[in-house]
Amino acid sequence: MSAKAITISSGKGGVGKTTATANLAVALASLNQKVVCIDGDIGLRNLDVVMGLENRIVYDLVDVIEGRCRLRQAMIRDKRMPELHLIPAAQTRDKSSVSPSDMVKLVEELRPELDWILIDSPAGIERGFRNAIAPADEVIIITNPEVSAVRDADRIIGMIEAEEKGPARLIINRLNPTLIKHGDMLSADDVLELLAIELLGIIPEDEAVVISTNRGTPVALDEKNPASRAFHNIARRLMGETIPLLEFEGKSDFLGRLSSLFK
Amino acid sequence: MTTFYERLTGKNRSATQAKDRLRLVLINDRSGLSALELEEIKNEIMQVLSRHMEIDPATVKVQMKQDGREQRLIADIPIRTTQRRKIG
Repeated sequence: MSAKAITISSGKGGVGKTTATANLAVALASLNQKVVCIDGDIGLRNLDVVMGLENRIVYDLVDVIEGRCRLRQAMIRDKRMPELHLIPAAQTRDKSSVSPSDMVKLVEELRPELDWILIDSPAGIERGFRNAIAPADEVIIITNPEVSAVRDADRIIGMIEAEEKGPARLIINRLNPTLIKHGDMLSADDVLELLAIELLGIIPEDEAVVISTNRGTPVALDEKNPASRAFHNIARRLMGETIPLLEFEGKSDFLGRLSSLFK
Repeated sequence: MTTFYERLTGKNRSATQAKDRLRLVLINDRSGLSALELEEIKNEIMQVLSRHMEIDPATVKVQMKQDGREQRLIADIPIRTTQRRKIG
Protein backbone atom coordinates (compact mmCIF):
# COMPACT_ATOMS: atom_id res chain seq x y z
CA MET A 1 0.00 0.00 0.00
CA SER A 2 1.26 3.45 -0.83
CA ALA A 3 -0.86 6.45 -0.02
CA LYS A 4 -1.59 9.24 -2.44
CA ALA A 5 -0.63 12.66 -1.06
CA ILE A 6 -2.98 15.49 -1.92
CA THR A 7 -2.45 19.11 -0.93
CA ILE A 8 -5.42 21.46 -0.68
CA SER A 9 -4.47 25.02 -1.55
CA SER A 10 -6.10 28.31 -2.54
CA GLY A 11 -3.81 31.30 -2.29
CA LYS A 12 -6.47 33.42 -0.63
CA GLY A 13 -7.45 32.74 2.96
CA GLY A 14 -10.97 32.01 4.10
CA VAL A 15 -12.22 30.21 1.00
CA GLY A 16 -12.69 26.87 2.78
CA LYS A 17 -9.38 24.94 2.56
CA THR A 18 -9.57 23.62 6.11
CA THR A 19 -13.26 22.77 5.90
CA ALA A 20 -12.67 20.97 2.61
CA THR A 21 -9.68 19.05 3.99
CA ALA A 22 -11.64 17.90 7.06
CA ASN A 23 -14.69 16.87 5.06
CA LEU A 24 -12.83 15.14 2.25
CA ALA A 25 -10.90 13.20 4.89
CA VAL A 26 -14.17 12.14 6.56
CA ALA A 27 -15.76 11.25 3.21
CA LEU A 28 -12.74 9.16 2.15
CA ALA A 29 -12.63 7.43 5.54
CA SER A 30 -16.33 6.57 5.17
CA LEU A 31 -15.34 4.66 2.02
CA ASN A 32 -13.13 2.47 4.24
CA GLN A 33 -9.98 4.33 3.27
CA LYS A 34 -7.08 4.88 5.65
CA VAL A 35 -6.66 8.63 5.83
CA VAL A 36 -4.33 11.03 7.60
CA CYS A 37 -4.79 14.77 7.33
CA ILE A 38 -1.92 17.08 8.14
CA ASP A 39 -2.42 20.68 9.20
CA GLY A 40 0.24 22.60 7.28
CA ASP A 41 -0.61 25.96 8.81
CA ILE A 42 2.08 26.18 11.48
CA GLY A 43 1.39 28.98 13.95
CA LEU A 44 -2.25 29.30 12.86
CA ARG A 45 -3.58 25.79 13.30
CA ASN A 46 -7.27 25.20 12.73
CA LEU A 47 -7.84 21.77 11.25
CA ASP A 48 -8.01 20.43 14.84
CA VAL A 49 -10.96 22.67 15.81
CA VAL A 50 -12.79 22.14 12.53
CA MET A 51 -12.54 18.38 13.09
CA GLY A 52 -13.40 18.71 16.77
CA LEU A 53 -10.15 17.10 17.93
CA GLU A 54 -8.58 20.13 19.65
CA ASN A 55 -8.72 18.61 23.13
CA ARG A 56 -6.76 15.53 22.20
CA ILE A 57 -3.52 17.13 21.00
CA VAL A 58 -0.37 16.00 22.80
CA TYR A 59 2.28 16.16 20.09
CA ASP A 60 2.32 18.07 16.80
CA LEU A 61 4.00 18.17 13.39
CA VAL A 62 7.04 20.10 14.63
CA ASP A 63 7.51 17.65 17.54
CA VAL A 64 7.77 14.84 14.97
CA ILE A 65 10.18 16.75 12.74
CA GLU A 66 12.41 17.77 15.65
CA GLY A 67 12.38 14.23 17.04
CA ARG A 68 10.54 14.85 20.31
CA CYS A 69 8.08 12.05 19.53
CA ARG A 70 7.49 9.22 17.12
CA LEU A 71 5.22 9.83 14.13
CA ARG A 72 2.57 7.49 15.55
CA GLN A 73 2.35 9.53 18.76
CA ALA A 74 1.41 12.69 16.87
CA MET A 75 -1.37 10.97 14.93
CA ILE A 76 -4.70 11.64 16.66
CA ARG A 77 -7.24 8.97 15.87
CA ASP A 78 -10.75 10.26 15.17
CA LYS A 79 -13.00 8.00 17.26
CA ARG A 80 -16.01 8.63 14.99
CA MET A 81 -14.26 7.06 12.00
CA PRO A 82 -12.26 3.83 12.12
CA GLU A 83 -9.34 4.93 9.96
CA LEU A 84 -9.13 8.71 10.17
CA HIS A 85 -6.18 10.49 11.77
CA LEU A 86 -5.00 14.06 12.22
CA ILE A 87 -1.47 15.35 12.57
CA PRO A 88 -1.94 18.82 14.04
CA ALA A 89 0.27 21.83 13.32
CA ALA A 90 2.35 23.45 16.05
CA GLN A 91 0.68 26.56 17.38
CA THR A 92 3.60 28.29 19.10
CA ARG A 93 6.11 27.97 16.28
CA ASP A 94 6.36 29.54 12.82
CA LYS A 95 6.60 28.25 9.27
CA SER A 96 10.40 28.28 9.26
CA SER A 97 10.51 25.39 11.76
CA VAL A 98 9.63 23.07 8.85
CA SER A 99 11.33 22.73 5.47
CA PRO A 100 9.96 21.26 2.22
CA SER A 101 12.32 18.29 2.59
CA ASP A 102 11.05 17.65 6.16
CA MET A 103 7.56 17.39 4.71
CA VAL A 104 8.68 15.04 1.94
CA LYS A 105 10.40 12.80 4.53
CA LEU A 106 7.36 12.78 6.82
CA VAL A 107 4.96 11.89 4.01
CA GLU A 108 7.29 9.12 2.75
CA GLU A 109 7.23 7.61 6.23
CA LEU A 110 3.42 7.73 6.30
CA ARG A 111 2.77 6.37 2.81
CA PRO A 112 3.16 2.60 3.36
CA GLU A 113 0.44 2.41 6.01
CA LEU A 114 -2.23 4.55 4.39
CA ASP A 115 -4.45 5.19 1.37
CA TRP A 116 -4.64 8.99 1.50
CA ILE A 117 -2.61 11.82 2.99
CA LEU A 118 -4.43 15.16 2.84
CA ILE A 119 -2.36 18.26 3.52
CA ASP A 120 -4.12 21.49 4.44
CA SER A 121 -1.99 24.29 3.00
CA PRO A 122 -1.80 27.71 4.66
CA ALA A 123 -2.94 30.78 2.71
CA GLY A 124 -0.31 32.74 0.83
CA ILE A 125 2.52 31.77 -1.48
CA GLU A 126 5.41 31.73 0.97
CA ARG A 127 7.26 29.07 2.97
CA GLY A 128 4.16 27.39 4.41
CA PHE A 129 2.70 26.91 0.93
CA ARG A 130 6.04 25.56 -0.36
CA ASN A 131 6.15 23.11 2.55
CA ALA A 132 2.61 21.94 1.85
CA ILE A 133 3.06 21.27 -1.86
CA ALA A 134 6.54 19.70 -1.67
CA PRO A 135 5.30 16.15 -0.90
CA ALA A 136 2.12 16.37 -3.01
CA ASP A 137 1.29 13.91 -5.79
CA GLU A 138 -1.63 16.13 -6.70
CA VAL A 139 -2.81 19.60 -5.71
CA ILE A 140 -6.47 20.50 -5.33
CA ILE A 141 -7.24 24.18 -5.68
CA ILE A 142 -10.22 25.51 -3.80
CA THR A 143 -11.86 28.79 -4.71
CA ASN A 144 -15.06 30.78 -4.25
CA PRO A 145 -16.98 32.35 -7.15
CA GLU A 146 -15.55 35.80 -6.31
CA VAL A 147 -13.02 38.00 -8.08
CA SER A 148 -10.35 37.95 -5.36
CA ALA A 149 -10.51 34.19 -4.76
CA VAL A 150 -10.46 33.37 -8.50
CA ARG A 151 -7.54 35.70 -9.11
CA ASP A 152 -5.49 34.13 -6.30
CA ALA A 153 -6.44 30.63 -7.48
CA ASP A 154 -5.04 31.50 -10.90
CA ARG A 155 -1.72 32.55 -9.35
CA ILE A 156 -1.51 29.30 -7.40
CA ILE A 157 -2.37 27.22 -10.48
CA GLY A 158 0.49 28.93 -12.31
CA MET A 159 2.90 28.17 -9.45
CA ILE A 160 1.80 24.52 -9.30
CA GLU A 161 2.51 24.25 -13.03
CA ALA A 162 5.92 25.86 -12.54
CA GLU A 163 6.71 23.37 -9.75
CA GLU A 164 5.62 20.54 -12.09
CA LYS A 165 2.99 19.42 -9.59
CA GLY A 166 0.19 19.94 -12.09
CA PRO A 167 -2.31 19.68 -13.51
CA ALA A 168 -4.22 20.83 -10.45
CA ARG A 169 -7.93 20.14 -10.14
CA LEU A 170 -10.53 22.60 -8.88
CA ILE A 171 -13.21 22.67 -6.19
CA ILE A 172 -15.57 25.63 -6.30
CA ASN A 173 -16.81 26.27 -2.78
CA ARG A 174 -19.74 28.30 -1.47
CA LEU A 175 -21.67 28.51 -4.70
CA ASN A 176 -25.02 30.26 -4.31
CA PRO A 177 -27.48 29.13 -7.03
CA THR A 178 -29.96 31.94 -6.29
CA LEU A 179 -27.34 34.66 -6.76
CA ILE A 180 -26.17 32.99 -9.96
CA LYS A 181 -29.72 32.85 -11.27
CA HIS A 182 -30.01 36.60 -10.68
CA GLY A 183 -26.75 37.21 -12.50
CA ASP A 184 -24.98 38.35 -9.35
CA MET A 185 -22.48 35.54 -8.87
CA LEU A 186 -19.96 33.94 -11.21
CA SER A 187 -21.28 30.53 -12.27
CA ALA A 188 -19.18 27.36 -12.18
CA ASP A 189 -18.86 27.62 -15.97
CA ASP A 190 -17.58 31.20 -15.68
CA VAL A 191 -14.92 30.18 -13.16
CA LEU A 192 -13.89 27.16 -15.22
CA GLU A 193 -13.61 29.24 -18.38
CA LEU A 194 -11.36 31.74 -16.59
CA LEU A 195 -9.12 29.24 -14.80
CA ALA A 196 -9.11 26.56 -17.53
CA ILE A 197 -8.47 23.55 -15.27
CA GLU A 198 -10.39 20.37 -14.58
CA LEU A 199 -13.33 20.57 -12.17
CA LEU A 200 -13.36 18.11 -9.29
CA GLY A 201 -16.56 19.32 -7.67
CA ILE A 202 -18.82 22.11 -6.52
CA ILE A 203 -19.86 22.73 -2.92
CA PRO A 204 -23.04 24.78 -2.53
CA GLU A 205 -23.31 27.43 0.14
CA ASP A 206 -24.93 25.57 3.01
CA GLU A 207 -25.59 26.80 6.55
CA ALA A 208 -25.08 23.22 7.74
CA VAL A 209 -21.33 23.84 7.24
CA VAL A 210 -21.36 26.77 9.69
CA ILE A 211 -23.36 24.80 12.25
CA SER A 212 -21.23 21.68 11.98
CA THR A 213 -18.04 23.73 12.31
CA ASN A 214 -19.43 25.33 15.47
CA ARG A 215 -19.92 21.87 16.88
CA GLY A 216 -16.66 20.36 15.67
CA THR A 217 -18.48 17.63 13.75
CA PRO A 218 -17.55 17.86 10.04
CA VAL A 219 -20.66 18.18 7.86
CA ALA A 220 -19.67 15.06 5.89
CA LEU A 221 -20.31 12.88 8.98
CA ASP A 222 -24.01 13.30 8.22
CA GLU A 223 -24.70 12.56 4.57
CA LYS A 224 -28.06 14.25 4.19
CA ASN A 225 -27.42 17.90 3.42
CA PRO A 226 -26.25 19.28 0.04
CA ALA A 227 -22.70 20.28 1.08
CA SER A 228 -22.11 16.86 2.60
CA ARG A 229 -23.34 15.10 -0.53
CA ALA A 230 -21.01 17.25 -2.59
CA PHE A 231 -18.00 16.27 -0.42
CA HIS A 232 -18.88 12.59 -0.64
CA ASN A 233 -19.15 12.87 -4.43
CA ILE A 234 -15.71 14.49 -4.60
CA ALA A 235 -14.25 11.69 -2.47
CA ARG A 236 -15.67 9.12 -4.88
CA ARG A 237 -14.26 11.06 -7.84
CA LEU A 238 -10.86 10.99 -6.13
CA MET A 239 -11.27 7.21 -5.92
CA GLY A 240 -11.67 7.17 -9.69
CA GLU A 241 -15.44 6.84 -9.95
CA THR A 242 -17.38 8.88 -12.49
CA ILE A 243 -20.03 10.79 -10.56
CA PRO A 244 -22.15 13.40 -12.34
CA LEU A 245 -22.23 16.90 -10.85
CA LEU A 246 -25.11 17.73 -8.51
CA GLU A 247 -27.90 19.82 -9.98
CA PHE A 248 -27.18 23.11 -8.16
CA GLU A 249 -24.77 24.44 -10.77
CA GLY A 250 -27.28 27.20 -11.50
CA LYS A 251 -26.32 28.45 -14.93
CA SER A 252 -26.98 32.11 -15.60
CA ASP A 253 -29.35 31.50 -18.48
CA PHE A 254 -31.74 33.78 -20.32
CA LEU A 255 -34.83 32.24 -18.72
CA GLY A 256 -33.32 32.64 -15.28
CA ARG A 257 -32.72 36.32 -15.92
CA LEU A 258 -36.17 36.72 -17.43
CA SER A 259 -37.80 35.24 -14.34
CA SER A 260 -35.61 37.38 -12.07
CA LEU A 261 -37.00 40.50 -13.77
CA PHE A 262 -40.39 39.85 -12.25
CA LYS A 263 -39.25 39.06 -8.72
CA MET B 1 -30.06 51.89 -12.07
CA THR B 2 -30.07 49.21 -14.71
CA THR B 3 -32.43 49.54 -17.64
CA PHE B 4 -34.96 46.88 -18.58
CA TYR B 5 -32.84 45.99 -21.63
CA GLU B 6 -29.71 45.59 -19.52
CA ARG B 7 -31.51 43.36 -17.09
CA LEU B 8 -32.95 41.29 -19.95
CA THR B 9 -29.56 40.77 -21.63
CA GLY B 10 -27.59 40.48 -18.43
CA LYS B 11 -25.11 43.06 -19.79
CA ASN B 12 -24.91 45.04 -16.61
CA ARG B 13 -25.19 42.17 -14.17
CA SER B 14 -22.50 42.13 -11.52
CA ALA B 15 -21.48 38.59 -12.47
CA THR B 16 -20.83 39.74 -16.05
CA GLN B 17 -18.75 42.62 -14.76
CA ALA B 18 -16.83 40.28 -12.46
CA LYS B 19 -16.04 37.96 -15.34
CA ASP B 20 -14.97 40.76 -17.69
CA ARG B 21 -12.76 42.35 -15.04
CA LEU B 22 -11.22 39.02 -14.08
CA ARG B 23 -10.49 38.18 -17.70
CA LEU B 24 -8.33 41.32 -18.02
CA VAL B 25 -6.72 40.97 -14.59
CA LEU B 26 -5.74 37.34 -15.23
CA ILE B 27 -4.20 38.24 -18.59
CA ASN B 28 -2.09 40.90 -16.90
CA ASP B 29 -1.18 38.60 -13.99
CA ARG B 30 -0.19 35.70 -16.24
CA SER B 31 1.78 37.67 -18.80
CA GLY B 32 3.23 40.22 -16.43
CA LEU B 33 2.19 42.90 -18.90
CA SER B 34 -0.01 45.84 -17.99
CA ALA B 35 -2.51 47.38 -20.40
CA LEU B 36 -0.11 50.31 -20.75
CA GLU B 37 2.81 48.09 -21.73
CA LEU B 38 0.62 46.34 -24.26
CA GLU B 39 -0.17 49.72 -25.80
CA GLU B 40 3.58 50.43 -26.02
CA ILE B 41 4.18 47.10 -27.74
CA LYS B 42 1.45 47.94 -30.22
CA ASN B 43 3.04 51.29 -31.02
CA GLU B 44 6.48 49.75 -31.47
CA ILE B 45 5.12 47.07 -33.82
CA MET B 46 3.41 49.77 -35.86
CA GLN B 47 6.60 51.83 -36.08
CA VAL B 48 8.53 48.89 -37.51
CA LEU B 49 5.83 47.86 -39.95
CA SER B 50 5.06 51.33 -41.21
CA ARG B 51 8.63 51.58 -42.46
CA HIS B 52 7.75 48.86 -44.93
CA MET B 53 4.05 49.24 -45.60
CA GLU B 54 1.18 51.60 -45.16
CA ILE B 55 -0.88 51.04 -42.00
CA ASP B 56 -3.90 52.83 -40.61
CA PRO B 57 -3.20 53.07 -36.85
CA ALA B 58 -6.93 53.25 -36.11
CA THR B 59 -7.54 49.74 -37.46
CA VAL B 60 -4.66 47.98 -35.69
CA LYS B 61 -5.59 45.57 -32.91
CA VAL B 62 -3.01 44.02 -30.58
CA GLN B 63 -4.56 41.90 -27.86
CA MET B 64 -3.63 39.24 -25.36
CA LYS B 65 -6.00 36.28 -25.64
CA GLN B 66 -6.51 33.36 -23.31
CA ASP B 67 -6.18 29.94 -24.89
CA GLY B 68 -6.73 27.40 -22.14
CA ARG B 69 -3.90 27.96 -19.64
CA GLU B 70 -1.80 29.68 -22.32
CA GLN B 71 -1.64 33.28 -23.39
CA ARG B 72 -1.49 34.36 -26.96
CA LEU B 73 -0.59 37.75 -28.34
CA ILE B 74 -2.84 38.36 -31.32
CA ALA B 75 -2.03 41.19 -33.69
CA ASP B 76 -4.51 42.06 -36.39
CA ILE B 77 -2.97 44.66 -38.69
CA PRO B 78 -4.86 45.50 -41.85
CA ILE B 79 -2.55 46.77 -44.59
CA ARG B 80 -3.71 49.57 -46.82
CA THR B 81 -3.81 48.48 -50.42
CA THR B 82 -0.89 50.09 -52.17
CA GLN B 83 -1.82 52.13 -55.18
CA ARG B 84 -1.35 49.91 -58.15
CA ARG B 85 0.86 51.43 -60.72
CA LYS B 86 -0.77 51.79 -64.06
CA ILE B 87 0.95 49.67 -66.57
CA GLY B 88 1.70 51.25 -69.85
